[in-house]
Amino acid sequence: MTVDDRFAGDADERFTDRTSHGRRNEPTIGPVTDWATDFDHLDDAWAADPYEIQDDLRQRCPVAHTDRFGGGWLPTRYEDVAAVAYDSDRFSSRSVVMSNFRSDVALAPAGGTPPITSDPPFHHGARKLLLPAFTRTAIAALEPATRAYCHELLDGLGGSSEIDAAVDYAQHIPMRAISDMLGFPPEDGPEFAGFVASVLEGINLPLTERLEGIGALFHYLSAQIDDHLAHPREDLTSYLIDAELDGEKLDAFHVAGTMGLLLVAGIDTTWSAIGASLWHLAGHPGDRERLVAEPALLPTAVEELLRAYAPVTMARLVREDMTWGGVEMKGEDWLLLSFPAANRDPAQFERADEVVIDREVNRHAAFGLGIHRCLGSHLARMELRVALEVWLERHPTFSLADPDAVTWSHGQVRGPRRLPLKIG
Amino acid sequence: MKVHVDPARCQGHGRCYDLAPQFFASDDEGYGSERNGGVIPDGQEHEAQVAAMNCPEMAIDVEQ
Ligand code: HEM
Ligand code: SF4
Repeated sequence: MTVDDRFAGDADERFTDRTSHGRRNEPTIGPVTDWATDFDHLDDAWAADPYEIQDDLRQRCPVAHTDRFGGGWLPTRYEDVAAVAYDSDRFSSRSVVMSNFRSDVALAPAGGTPPITSDPPFHHGARKLLLPAFTRTAIAALEPATRAYCHELLDGLGGSSEIDAAVDYAQHIPMRAISDMLGFPPEDGPEFAGFVASVLEGINLPLTERLEGIGALFHYLSAQIDDHLAHPREDLTSYLIDAELDGEKLDAFHVAGTMGLLLVAGIDTTWSAIGASLWHLAGHPGDRERLVAEPALLPTAVEELLRAYAPVTMARLVREDMTWGGVEMKGEDWLLLSFPAANRDPAQFERADEVVIDREVNRHAAFGLGIHRCLGSHLARMELRVALEVWLERHPTFSLADPDAVTWSHGQVRGPRRLPLKIG
Repeated sequence: MKVHVDPARCQGHGRCYDLAPQFFASDDEGYGSERNGGVIPDGQEHEAQVAAMNCPEMAIDVEQ
């Protein structure tokens, strides 16, 4: 075998070096004065209940502003969120986590983690490579293993009268699924939680700390790439190492960036969706009893839970100074793209603020809109449906053990991180 | 009734072939398309209509 010189030398140092260049701002800490002019998606009030804030903004200031994070905007109407998602000419995906760090312009158009950080025309090819592995048919093949694993998790908890559904159940399901697809050892799961936290939740940490976390992720990915070069197998990592775009192999940054994306995007999103759904059912016995009695309603209910508790908010960077939606945006301003806010716009959904468990028409945007539509949506839907199905079968009766003990993540992915449930 | 998936708008959310697999199919990349030339038999309009109304991209045209 010839040595693959794309990955020669100290690869993980090169990855870390590349991701650490960019524009930094000093963090602005302190309570929000007015959500319309000083919003902060890392504020405790936003983590506890963003919907009240978003509903208020939608009525009085549909495109809110903040000077924090070096400047940014927050539209809350469905129509505006959709318009931004469809407009990659004026809004770039180069950085998608609104923080005090904007990635280096030199990384465009691929960005650090293709395809989520890629803009057209590069985006299309980088995404197309991945589509076949994530179709509904490809994902259906993973369903039996996912179901068995959900049972195994609950078996392991025995006859406990209290289970933390976020810590002991929800988080493990997507970790196992994506690490199997990438071909990583299943026992590495606990390490992934740390990577996810540093990328998505460490937003207001001192930058050096956040970059250390990202460095650890790339170090791990480098080791996996080396292992796959030495022992190629049938998984997404070997597939990416061999894949070609326009007749050429992907560069090392593309391979590692995409692996990192799949790992991070695959885990705490779905963990959040499973947790938020169980949290809802724990507090709404009527909905819970109906799903226990009518399991066939579950796929419909899953869509409604995704609408109402959409876990993922994205971000864009404004390309150039412009007037948009009646406001003056500057180049490199952030735009916080709240699919959760869009999903609760009464102009788009009847009874937008209620969970209507059998909602028949549900054109929600939890998985985004336009060219970046969630690549993992079929996987996420399968995991969420199976996780709820198994839970309801094994524990049809449950409630919140202590509502005050529930904690929610901060940042752009929202879900319960502690969820103690009383069983029976 | 006839349905048609507009490939320019479809992003492969798969709501159509999830909800009404008898009328819609997925290709190897997850993009949707209509089966049987998009012809919906009499009496089954509701299911096709619901699938079309659940497409987040509004990519499905319905002709009465
Ligand atoms: C309930 C769970 C999930 C939700 C709510 C969710 C949501 C989203 C959203 C809103 C986007 C659009 C990003 C944008 O517009 O910039 C997205 C993109 C993406 N998601 Fe998910 N996601 C979930 C689970 C997953 C899973 C399990 C994977 C699997 C690996 C995944 C992989 C991706 C990737 C790779 C992209 C980028 C696609 C592109 O840029 O073309 N997601 N996701
Ligand atoms: S629901 Fe819409 S976007 Fe999704 S596959 Fe069908 S036509 Fe395409």
